[in-house]
Amino acid sequence: MDLGSFLVQLLNSIQYGLLLFLIASGLTLVFGIMGVINLAHGSFYMIGAYLAWSLTAKIGSFWLALPVGIVLTVALGMLMEWLFIQKLYARDHLYQVLLTYGLILAFEELRAIIWGNDVHGVTVPAPFTGSIPLTETLSYPVYRLWISAVVVVLAIAMYFLIQRTRLGMMIRAGAANREMVQLLGINIRMVYRFVFAFGVALAAFAGMISAPVSSVFPGMGGQVLIVSFVVVVIGGIGSVKGALVAAILIGLVDTFGKVTTLEIAGFNVLPELSGMATYLLMAGVLLWRPEGIFGKRL
Amino acid sequence: MRSDRTATVLGIVLLLVLVALPFFAGKYYVQLATKIMIMAVFAMSLDLLVGYAGLVSLGHAAFYGLGAYLVALAAPQYQAANFWTSLPLAVGGAALLAAAIGFFAVRTQGIYFIMVTLAFAQMVYFVFHDTKIAGGSDGIFIDVRPDAKIAGWTPFDLADFVQLYFVVLVAFVAVYVLLRVVLRSLFGRVVQGIRVNEHRMKSLGYSTFRYKLAAFILAGALAGLAGYFGAVQYGAVNPEMLGWHLSGSVLMMVILGGMGTLTGAVVGATAFLLLELLFQSLTEHWQLLMGGTIVLVALFLPHGIAGLARPLFGRKDG
Repeated sequence: MDLGSFLVQLLNSIQYGLLLFLIASGLTLVFGIMGVINLAHGSFYMIGAYLAWSLTAKIGSFWLALPVGIVLTVALGMLMEWLFIQKLYARDHLYQVLLTYGLILAFEELRAIIWGNDVHGVTVPAPFTGSIPLTETLSYPVYRLWISAVVVVLAIAMYFLIQRTRLGMMIRAGAANREMVQLLGINIRMVYRFVFAFGVALAAFAGMISAPVSSVFPGMGGQVLIVSFVVVVIGGIGSVKGALVAAILIGLVDTFGKVTTLEIAGFNVLPELSGMATYLLMAGVLLWRPEGIFGKRL
Repeated sequence: MRSDRTATVLGIVLLLVLVALPFFAGKYYVQLATKIMIMAVFAMSLDLLVGYAGLVSLGHAAFYGLGAYLVALAAPQYQAANFWTSLPLAVGGAALLAAAIGFFAVRTQGIYFIMVTLAFAQMVYFVFHDTKIAGGSDGIFIDVRPDAKIAGWTPFDLADFVQLYFVVLVAFVAVYVLLRVVLRSLFGRVVQGIRVNEHRMKSLGYSTFRYKLAAFILAGALAGLAGYFGAVQYGAVNPEMLGWHLSGSVLMMVILGGMGTLTGAVVGATAFLLLELLFQSLTEHWQLLMGGTIVLVALFLPHGIAGLARPLFGRKDG
């Protein structure tokens, strides 16, 4: 592999890793703060992508579709928390798994009813349609760079929100001791509702901005959900920093696994088995630290 | 205890009905009953983990699917596999896979265990989906059902739906009895003790890791057995038999019937498959109804159908 294509793959890995981080951070926040396992997280990613596609077609502008989509998904998140999730805080994880699994089936079918079963594409919006030339033959699309930049900005904003604001303080305190925070006169139910809706919006936003680079298709949520789980397991539950490190790591392993050829004893190990690489990484981390890289000791 | 005697009587009546079923029911119902019993074995194996050991596995379909795939892989092309070698191969293969996944998964707890079992199962899914070992995403047809010939004598023919029904019935009863015996043994009591208080079992000197791993392997092996018969009945295997949708469905069966009772798993598998048929007959968007039902069960029926019956029979355990 020459330097040019190495650079392209490196940028691809980072962009994929950052996008994974965006999805997984919502998952890990909801785990860490509310203790809720949300299998339907991937469905929200799918809903985001479909919203980006249908709203862009209706409104005529991807840039207007984004804010409308965010408002819709925040509302959807609040509704879900109010209707279902809040009833499960005191219950075993088993019921959270079951309920959110039921939601996946329902969302998948609603998607089929509302948007159909076809594969769609969203055109890359102006002004990011161009490419930056890297070498004489290779270039890199600007839109992918924009995705990476947006995620980095969001990550920094999230850090400030959680560590430096009053709301962030309430969230952290609520994660540590729900009853105490409530006794101090803070409406913890609203804080939880906000956190859940925020997580939903993060997943949906990831779906929206990735719609122009990947196609919009049924079942896209399931794939993303499981990789996000691996990110959360490797990074440590509840750790946003861990999710960032793990997501980039997986981005690198997955992307380079697909473009590397490795033959052992005449058998095509890579790229044939590259799909397994992320899981082997997870197995390794579990042996080394069962609680994840940045997780608290169990 | 009176409720115990009632349960025994009910069990014997059910067994008699099952034995008599092929003599009065049509082909459709015999095949449906076969499918229900296969899923009941699968659900009981998961109940051992979820209901008794307190290990919520979301990757149990991996073992079912591997058992199914081994039927196809054990057979030479266009020929029948040998029943007496392929069955132990499927069960043993599933047990080995469970040992490998369990070795990593059992170290973790709670939410982690759920996610790790799901992720490893998905890895197995991708191995069969992405590589050409077993037909990739299309799967493989099982042209000829496994042959049960032994020393020149063929005790039963799995291609015949009535004979398959009886073989599955024997397996179903055997698994139920086996699990009852295991749960009553010291091993079973330690496993149940771990669910209630793992630290206490540890301080009593039990290596909880080994007990949980052993339970995980046993559950995986029995799921492989279910998968074996699932593939024999269906006549084909595909990656969806390993997929996490099936893992979710079987978890639903366990909870729908009432977990930690074994009988609940049987009731749950029956109710789930019948609900599926009912919803499919109502609308092509039946998954919406199924999803809604799952949500309602999670919210309002934490003890499943058995929980509904509990006030009637006045059972005090919970």
